[in-house]
Amino acid sequence: MALLEVRDLRTSFKTDDGIVQAVDGVSFTVDRNQTLGIVGESGCGKSVTSLTIMGLNNPRNATSSGQAMFDGEDLLAASQDRLRELRGQKIAMIFQDPMTSLNPVKSLGWQLSEAVLLHNDVSKKEARDRAVTALGEVGIPKPGKRVDDYPHQFSGGMRQRVMIAMALINEPDLLIADEPTTALDVTTQAQILELMRRLQAKHGTAIIMITHDLGVIAEVADDVVVMYAGRAIEEAPVDQIYAAPRHPYTWGLLGSLPRMDVDTDRLVQVPGQPPSLLNPPAGCRFNPRCTYTMDRCRVEMPELAASPASAGHRDACFLDEATKSREPGRLLAGSGMGAG
Amino acid sequence: MSDDLLVVEHLQKYFPITEGIIFQKQVAAVQAVDDVSFTIGRGETLGVVGESGCGKSTMARCIARLLDPTGGKIIFDGVDITNLSRAEMRPVRREMMMVFQDPYASLNARKRVGFIVGEPLEVHGIGTDTERKRRVQELLEIVGLNPEHYNRFPHEFSGGQRQRIGVARALAANPKLIICDEPVSALDVSVQAQILNLLKDLQREFGLTYLFIAHDLNVVRHISDRVLVMYLGKVAEVGKGRALYDEPKHPYTGALLSAVPIPNPQLGRSRKAIVLEGDVPSPMNPPAGCRFHPRCPRHREGTCDVEEPALRSFGDGHEAACHFPLERWPMTVEDVRRPSDAVVAS
Amino acid sequence: MARYLVRRVLWALFLFLAVTVVTYVIFFVTPADPARLAAGQGATPEQVQEVAEKLHLNDPLWKQYGLFLKQLVVEQSLGESFVNRRDVNDIVLAAAPVTASLVFGGAVFWLLLSLPVGIISAIRPRSLIDRAGMVFVLVGVSAHPVWIGLIFAYFFGYKWGLTPITGYCDFINPSLGAQCGGPVQWAYHMILPWLTFMILFAALYVRLIRANVMETMNEDYVRTARAKGAPEGQVMRSHILRNSLLPVITILGMDIGLALGGAIFTESIYSLPGLGRQILVSYENFDLPVILGITVFATVCIIVFNLVVDIVYAWFDPRIRLS
Repeated sequence: MALLEVRDLRTSFKTDDGIVQAVDGVSFTVDRNQTLGIVGESGCGKSVTSLTIMGLNNPRNATSSGQAMFDGEDLLAASQDRLRELRGQKIAMIFQDPMTSLNPVKSLGWQLSEAVLLHNDVSKKEARDRAVTALGEVGIPKPGKRVDDYPHQFSGGMRQRVMIAMALINEPDLLIADEPTTALDVTTQAQILELMRRLQAKHGTAIIMITHDLGVIAEVADDVVVMYAGRAIEEAPVDQIYAAPRHPYTWGLLGSLPRMDVDTDRLVQVPGQPPSLLNPPAGCRFNPRCTYTMDRCRVEMPELAASPASAGHRDACFLDEATKSREPGRLLAGSGMGAG
Repeated sequence: MSDDLLVVEHLQKYFPITEGIIFQKQVAAVQAVDDVSFTIGRGETLGVVGESGCGKSTMARCIARLLDPTGGKIIFDGVDITNLSRAEMRPVRREMMMVFQDPYASLNARKRVGFIVGEPLEVHGIGTDTERKRRVQELLEIVGLNPEHYNRFPHEFSGGQRQRIGVARALAANPKLIICDEPVSALDVSVQAQILNLLKDLQREFGLTYLFIAHDLNVVRHISDRVLVMYLGKVAEVGKGRALYDEPKHPYTGALLSAVPIPNPQLGRSRKAIVLEGDVPSPMNPPAGCRFHPRCPRHREGTCDVEEPALRSFGDGHEAACHFPLERWPMTVEDVRRPSDAVVAS
Repeated sequence: MARYLVRRVLWALFLFLAVTVVTYVIFFVTPADPARLAAGQGATPEQVQEVAEKLHLNDPLWKQYGLFLKQLVVEQSLGESFVNRRDVNDIVLAAAPVTASLVFGGAVFWLLLSLPVGIISAIRPRSLIDRAGMVFVLVGVSAHPVWIGLIFAYFFGYKWGLTPITGYCDFINPSLGAQCGGPVQWAYHMILPWLTFMILFAALYVRLIRANVMETMNEDYVRTARAKGAPEGQVMRSHILRNSLLPVITILGMDIGLALGGAIFTESIYSLPGLGRQILVSYENFDLPVILGITVFATVCIIVFNLVVDIVYAWFDPRIRLS
């Protein structure tokens, strides 16, 4: 049984301008020791998806439906108390900006101990010892001394390590990482991804990696879900997403990447910009920007359907098989992608 | 030399750090830019890449004279602009425009787009009112916006569109050089591609020269003819795009290149990444000798921590400042001189 | 942090000198004849001259200021009142406890009201409490303390006879001939003044606290705390309140310091013999030494309170404490 199984997740927000359907029917599974990558651009709903699973949306204006079965238990139906029990202990989350994600007036030791004490009946000293161990595990030098320091005394990369330490200190089964390296330099990013890989190997943690960076996805994910305007439009094992993508948006996404290992003169351009979620377009959400739009696309909403070649690869597009097999090779020629 | 639009010689920018209870005295300096030299030919794009704290943004601002350099020379189109007064800089600024990173902050939210794009024309007294309006509409069309949106406000546009407005503004007075300071970093990937294509098209059409600053090595490679790598205020390596990316000479360039995730799972997995230790040191107290030596997988004690390396030429404009430049790429275990866990096989 | 403090103390000293100089110069420039005032109504020109000599009023400004400063620092004396020759020190020290009672008591009340209302308004925006709170803020900020005082005095004091309307009772030692004394009487007489005085501040603080708490609630580290599974109460205590109320401390110190200079309106309405009332009386009589003395005292209060608040803030914020 999968560790996490999300079925038909929907979340909407009440705003002054109307109802925003931020997530509109997303389903996926994550297994232990596996990394699922959720990739998409801003406004696609990837962050909201994870916040919904954790129950961290503002109850005042957010409404969710669907199921998120974690180890057999539906998180969306669970009480706030039960969710609080799970958060930080069985499911942990790290966020994008390490500079603002730590409380500036509390020491690291205090914040790490808080994570321990919330879920374990141990003494303060024991919690602090665990904090020191955790800091050492993520590569903070002299953890015994630095545990009493404050966030502002650390660099961005170090703070993200601290966040990871805090998330993993209770050895959760699932770690949700929401753009954990976007705000970091590329060499620091490499360090953090390496750290996450190592810790996953050691603890067998399942990871959901949310990012807009297709390079990071290629490096860490086992399976990938591509989201657009609140819906999942393609899912596949990572190799197939790059070798044989089947949705025009994915082609656009892959083709618009500038590459340093390949010489391209003009990048594939996806015209226009992502739609407003207040008033999404009728039919397929991508149709206004799609160069392959047919009449059907403007009226009907495509559902995820498995590809005949591989059952694990699903896409939500009405295009015929021939086009889906041919176009990626043509569009992404020379980039090493789409070659099948 | 007349082929070079911009010549920068030994540029230096230090920010003083003062201390003192009543009277402030300078005790140290943040050496943001330290002895940087390079040239940009007409019609060329020089990409400047480096991580946070390397000084690339500071350098750009010095060249645009938004900051005053503490040392060195800047020669633009044959004229030494290093010490020109504000009034003297005015006609120069017409030829040197900037596009900024944040499409939300770099446009005045209270002004209409027509005003924003036309402001350079007005400031430099170009054309009459009607001529200006016509030119602005022409510019809006050139960058792919609807000229009828002349009277709209910035908040009515998306991030990518706002960046196009920024580009239109930069083009307005027909500059020779456009300094792009991380122009696509804040944009989504699909929009980024639009802006990069636009910049390339404009360069071809109007014969523009670009100084393109970014932290994304892929972007820099795509748009640049030559690339300059900066580390902690100094030039680590400079050379033609292909040469630098295919055969880097400086270990830092190597580390950067191997750290960039490649959107190709097989290639990525088979690659040996050089994972550097530690964080970038502070520009207030740069390490002695070669600034990169504490993190360098090839550093040798006695040389690298004592003597600062000079820029060495490898032919065809490819230069690197290193005592022990890389002999081959990708790096192998033998290339690591210092035993540490700095080289990781992934 | 030590360097930070030393700098603040030195700055405070400098401020003190600057304010006293400016005050002194203002009084020097006013078109009054202090000698005549000091000499009294029926003085002859020769007597006026004599007084002028005695009070050094014909000396150059800088010399007069120097003497004033010397008198202040060496003898710790603020001079004598022109009106009744009392030591200004005594006048100030007699009036200060009254103002202090009003201000500190008022501060306790305004905090007791604004903290819960501000915090609840921030947690539940647009709820009934929030809307009621905003109306209260509008009224409190717009209504003049004098008007509020009169209304209160009329209803609570006169019409319904719940509290006394005027007068002050000493907390500890009733002076000779006083009509009342002791803590109970003291509090009883202070109720209306406290209520009047606190309304404006409570309104301002509700707005301030609400804004600060709302802003802090959206910070990333609050989200991190929730993601760790912390219950709302702990999130509020350890993460939100600590960070959002720190700036309130700064402003509180400033406000108390300012108010100690003389809560003029409230003291007038209720005839409390505090610094505010005293300074009004001295203006009418053009009693320069008293005016100057109260100004100096008020300045010292403001400077000291600002310094204390800076220290407290620096202590509680590790970003400053450890630099």
